[in-house]
Amino acid sequence: MNLEIIGISVLMAFLFGYIMVGAIDFGASFFNAYSLIIEKEHILTNIIQRYLSPVWEVTNVFLVFFFVGIVGFFPQTAFYYGTTLLIPVSIGIVLLAIRGSYYAFETYGNRGHKGYAFIYGLSGLFLPASLSIVLTISEGGYIYIKDGKPILDYWVLFTEPLTWSVVLLSITAVLYISAVFLTWYANKAGDKEATRLMRKYALIWALPLIITAAGIIVELKGHNPEHFDNIMNLWWMFAISFILWCMTVYLLWQRRNYGEAFLLLVAQFALAFYGYGISHYPYLLYPHLTIYDGFTNEAMAISLIIAFILGFCLLVPSLYLLLRLFLFSKKYVSGK
Amino acid sequence: MTGDSVFFSRVLTETTLTFHIIYATLGVGVPLMIMIAQWIGIKKNDQYYILLARRWTRGFVITVAVGVVTGTAIGLQLSLLWPNFMVLAGNVIALPLFMETFAFFFEAIFLGIYLYTWDRFENQKKHLLLLIPVAIGASFSAVFITIVNSFMNAPQGFDLINGQLENVNPIMAMFNPAMPTKVAHVVVTAYMTSAFVLASIAAFRLATGSKHVYHKKALLLTMKLGLVFSIATAIIGDFSGKYLAEYQPEKLAAAEWHFETSSEAPLLMYGILDENNEVKYAIEIPFALSILAHWWPSAVVTGLDQFPPDEIPPLYIHYLFDTMVTIGIGLLLLSLIYWFGVKRGWSFVHSKLFLWFAVLSGPLAMIAIEAGWWLAEVGRQPWILRGIMRTADAATTNPNVDLMLVLFSILYIILGIGTIIVMIRMFKRNPIEKELADREIEKGGMLK
Repeated sequence: MNLEIIGISVLMAFLFGYIMVGAIDFGASFFNAYSLIIEKEHILTNIIQRYLSPVWEVTNVFLVFFFVGIVGFFPQTAFYYGTTLLIPVSIGIVLLAIRGSYYAFETYGNRGHKGYAFIYGLSGLFLPASLSIVLTISEGGYIYIKDGKPILDYWVLFTEPLTWSVVLLSITAVLYISAVFLTWYANKAGDKEATRLMRKYALIWALPLIITAAGIIVELKGHNPEHFDNIMNLWWMFAISFILWCMTVYLLWQRRNYGEAFLLLVAQFALAFYGYGISHYPYLLYPHLTIYDGFTNEAMAISLIIAFILGFCLLVPSLYLLLRLFLFSKKYVSGK
Repeated sequence: MTGDSVFFSRVLTETTLTFHIIYATLGVGVPLMIMIAQWIGIKKNDQYYILLARRWTRGFVITVAVGVVTGTAIGLQLSLLWPNFMVLAGNVIALPLFMETFAFFFEAIFLGIYLYTWDRFENQKKHLLLLIPVAIGASFSAVFITIVNSFMNAPQGFDLINGQLENVNPIMAMFNPAMPTKVAHVVVTAYMTSAFVLASIAAFRLATGSKHVYHKKALLLTMKLGLVFSIATAIIGDFSGKYLAEYQPEKLAAAEWHFETSSEAPLLMYGILDENNEVKYAIEIPFALSILAHWWPSAVVTGLDQFPPDEIPPLYIHYLFDTMVTIGIGLLLLSLIYWFGVKRGWSFVHSKLFLWFAVLSGPLAMIAIEAGWWLAEVGRQPWILRGIMRTADAATTNPNVDLMLVLFSILYIILGIGTIIVMIRMFKRNPIEKELADREIEKGGMLK
């Protein structure tokens, strides 16, 4: 295994971590806003307060890790993505600001403003949509080079069906992941009404998720045949992922083992995510940048990996403590 | 078009940093203050100090949350606005950036735990232990980020051979000559500023009529801490001058309007520069610049005549230097007089007038922080990486930076106003008298 592969694996681990914890966070805020509209806010607000408030900063750090790490391991990405993504990522920052300030001003300060909760909920859908554009662009065909400068073609970006398929997938995935997690969390808290509601949402979003995911693979066939062929070579990863999805839905349907259902979901997304990532190899940006020509020097790569291992040893016990206090503690979860 | 992108990239980065540094400074300094207050409370078994820690924490959380947002913004803007710099920096100085994320991660985890476990521990000491990783994580975030900034001032740890990076040594890059003084200066001034900001709050309550012993204890504690860290800042500031004289003489010379290389150089304070670059109305302190730069009154200090005109930073940084130094010394004296006065029983330190000066200490300290960062950044121009890469060559070629400047300016205005409103509301609705009364009732209830 070479340094390039280790580097991209570390980054993918952070990105996957962000997709999972971020999805829970984003989806929860949307369900919260939705329940305000249909006037069932008392059901969800409590759960969201108890889980999201202590951990949202940790969620955000996963994202920071990813973008700091990618510039560290693959400095050339700053040139291609940094130059072209000015507008989409700036919009992403503003959406992040809406979420951060909601936690700062509403939950720590004085809460209760409906309009704010509503915007916060909407940001939970727009943020994954705006961030997912990065993945779309990486498929190639959106960035062209003029006078040595990379330029993003917005017309192509907004008229390609692939863009909108990825946006749809990001939204359905966020809602599905979040609903399954909150079903488990509400059940653990012994909140029957919230469990019932979240289970309903989870089942509603399960099918759209699979349809949008399959849709993207079809889109790719036309947009990036090379990537499509690589995905087909890894068909078994996606097949197992699909089976795991069926199992999660089955458990939810049967109203049992919500904890296991969520773990199966994590495994399902991990397989699909790594299947996508491996088939993307060796490109960071089709067809301009591979992990080999964008890689940092050896000395930096080794020191980053050592720093990562040391940091990891520090973080895992701390994260465990955090989860034990706010996720696995029955007393805390149920608000006693 | 490219010229515009450079200009707007600079303005946007300046705007983001100017806003972020307020939250970052408090984020680094306040955890230490909370820790000290809680520790004294436990040691003296004094509920007032515990309550002080508790109330400071409530305000702190809001600044951290906004700081997370602005910190994420500047982190991404580095790549969005300065892609060419980041390609180079990523190869040489990515390590401390990466470690900063770990330090912040560590802080965020324990802050979450600390915050939501105030009453979950029977033993206050155990709860205090949770704050140690928060304070360490916060301070180390500052250390690592400042290392990146010091690398921009004194780059080393690589060779440029025909435009190609060779022999990269990330550790050498981290431990560059600018690092010791810069890191110490940033961390200590963050402590100093946080102490004075908290002192302002206590002084404001006392100046507007409260006679509660809680505020008196708070003011004395924060003033003492402010004094200690101001003295440390003054000492480190002197070393910073010596660093500059050795490694970035053009920055020191520009800040000092020291045009011609000379020995026995005087230090100029204040004054203005007329159109012929003649200094007017300045106060000259004989030999002081030579002493600041090289310890000895007879030492030779390099002047701006030694540099080509296109490598000299803007001369207005002298005003920034004056602002920073004046406020620093003023606050040192203010806290010294207060501490002495309380000890000796001088009644004027409890007078309204003195208290209002103390109210000003926090905002003034923050102005000094801003002036200091502007001095550091503008004083490095025209370089983004001194001697290696010019700021103009580092900026993005994307033509939409001006639009983003508008977008982010609106965002920061909203966040700034929001912070102020929420803080004021929070402490107005729950003044110390009310919280003390509530806690008495709670305890009374438990006894029955």
